[in-house]
Amino acid sequence: MSIRERMSGNEAVAYAIKQINPDVMPAFPITPSTEIPQMVSTFIANGEIDTEFIPVESEHSSMSATMGANAAGARALTATSSCGLAYMWELLYVAASDRLPVVLALVNRALTGPININCDHSDSMGARDAGWIQIYAENNQEAYDNFIQTFRIAEHPDVRLPLMACQDGFITSHAVENIELIEDDKVKAFAGEYHPENYLLNPDMPMAVGPYANSPFYMETKMNQRLAMENAKKVILEIADEFEKISGRKYGFFEEYRLEDADYAVVIIGSAAGTTKDAIDELREQGIKAGLLKIRVFRPFPGEEMAKVLSHVKAIAILDRAESFSACGGPIGSELKAALFDFKFSGIAVNYFYGIGGRDYTVAEAKAVYSDLIAYADGSKPVENYKYIGLRK
Amino acid sequence: MSKATDITKINEHSPYYDITPGDQIYGGGGSKKFNTGEWRTQTPVIDWDKCTQCLLCTPVCPDSSIPVSNGRREDFDYDHCKGCGICEQACSFGAITMKEGM
Amino acid sequence: MKKNIEIRWHGRGGQGAKTAALLLADVAFSTGMHVQGFPEYGPERMGAPITAYNRIGDEPIRVHSNIYEPDYVVVVDETLLHSVDVTNGLKKEGGIVINTTKSKEEIMPLLKGYEGNVYIIDAHKVSMATLGKYFPNSPMLAAIVKISGVIDKETFLSHMEASYMHKFAKKPEVIEGNMNALKMAFEEVK
Repeated sequence: MSIRERMSGNEAVAYAIKQINPDVMPAFPITPSTEIPQMVSTFIANGEIDTEFIPVESEHSSMSATMGANAAGARALTATSSCGLAYMWELLYVAASDRLPVVLALVNRALTGPININCDHSDSMGARDAGWIQIYAENNQEAYDNFIQTFRIAEHPDVRLPLMACQDGFITSHAVENIELIEDDKVKAFAGEYHPENYLLNPDMPMAVGPYANSPFYMETKMNQRLAMENAKKVILEIADEFEKISGRKYGFFEEYRLEDADYAVVIIGSAAGTTKDAIDELREQGIKAGLLKIRVFRPFPGEEMAKVLSHVKAIAILDRAESFSACGGPIGSELKAALFDFKFSGIAVNYFYGIGGRDYTVAEAKAVYSDLIAYADGSKPVENYKYIGLRK
Repeated sequence: MSKATDITKINEHSPYYDITPGDQIYGGGGSKKFNTGEWRTQTPVIDWDKCTQCLLCTPVCPDSSIPVSNGRREDFDYDHCKGCGICEQACSFGAITMKEGM
Repeated sequence: MKKNIEIRWHGRGGQGAKTAALLLADVAFSTGMHVQGFPEYGPERMGAPITAYNRIGDEPIRVHSNIYEPDYVVVVDETLLHSVDVTNGLKKEGGIVINTTKSKEEIMPLLKGYEGNVYIIDAHKVSMATLGKYFPNSPMLAAIVKISGVIDKETFLSHMEASYMHKFAKKPEVIEGNMNALKMAFEEVK
């Protein structure tokens, strides 16, 4: 029997960490992820878990210490947001190329410029090419469920890649909602322990981590990272199947909501998916075939799989919560459009920006997106490829 | 636990699938197999008559190529000496001279 | 199944409007409902106007936006009435409860012609009488429970008592005062 509870997204992740009891957590506080290390250090102080907590002086150090601990043979994680992730930038690439399966609880927040503490995806989307697996949550339940699966995916021998488990800052991290928790023993058995084949503290087999790899080796190293990312697809689904057995909750690369017969679809990541679902239900009552594809796994990017389930849709709106200033679209927009092109999608696909810097995204705004799509599809409105939702004009 | 990596078999002709994940190298002492001595354009030569066994040369060698045993230095490890000449500068007795070539 | 209700809280940083919203979510949760309680975050400064929200009901909650057309509004500090449009979008069928020492007649002109139910409570008086200190949280929580009917009074009081017994396990002497604050607030809402 699962445990009926109510907690915020940050509490949910901290609770998952408590149940997993990882070996080492170095962290530096930054809004809105601060509560995660704060709660974990409380669990440690209360003797509930024996994780080694390392207070560090910056995020550059928190990621360095996490990687060092992991290379030594420990299951290690950290948490951060926004500029904290930016300050880890250099190490993000090193963790991936050194194939260190560390886990980062990322609470999405806009990158500074101008300074802002609220949610958007500019932090993790900026890091999308760093070689990390990225998994996103819609609500506290998914933040919890995803986190329980993180280490198993990252540490799988066919993968060995760092993993970022993301949730929306404040919107889910600080919102208290109902949640179904899984019993401690089940989580413990599911998460298991980290027993890497090779590790720095193994006296029987010394090893070197992160050697110099100039042009004769760099490209081959990147190819191996790419293969690991391809392997991650299989492993993510396997772990999701296993997770379903202990939780009853099903996960994949993405969630389809009333998409099967949809003429108009929104593709979105994170907490705004729930808001869009409410809009869809209202539109369906009016006979409008609206649907949703909510991306859970952004790295590896399930382009082919998404193109397949979207193939019958007349018009697609791809909603990005991060600008990429290409002046022609955002990260999800450009990648999904490329996949749709590869797989011969013949409908309309447009890109929107919403929720940037914490700008609210409402059911009414979601409905307006579908109105646009209907008008684009019937030709009553010229297609606008690149548009902001909620921008004052 | 992986087998020790044979670094003599990983080189500029190795395909990607022969390279370890993360370029990790298993088994210590791989640098011994890497013959950096062939990079040398100048070679230190010791005059044993002038050498007082003061051992000032040993710790300054950046490539650990002046072996010491039983408190006495031995001849250079030419497999790994890159010919930098620091030992020549460190020697107070003019016992080390650099000659051109290998 | 009745539709979920939406509540918007207006307070000032440091007065505990966010805590009150979370408490309401808590007690509604413990009676078996689906809940959402969240603050709108800005620069957190003591005294700055802040907003917090609740969605409560029998249906699972998916929407993750702020609340623009609330069923109910709680104003924890009457001075906000001059600077914040507290009745903006507030449904006529719903209501607003304001913590004030003023009379309803004095308050009405500040509500921009709001046509729904207006309730007042002097949370300061309730708090001083029962707790000896000014904590507007508990009285305002009881006030919104009463005017919204989201939880019936007896269920609310018994769950709050259990919650206080857990929360104040090491300070049992404050439980009675808090319970009295809730009970008195139920009577004082007008």
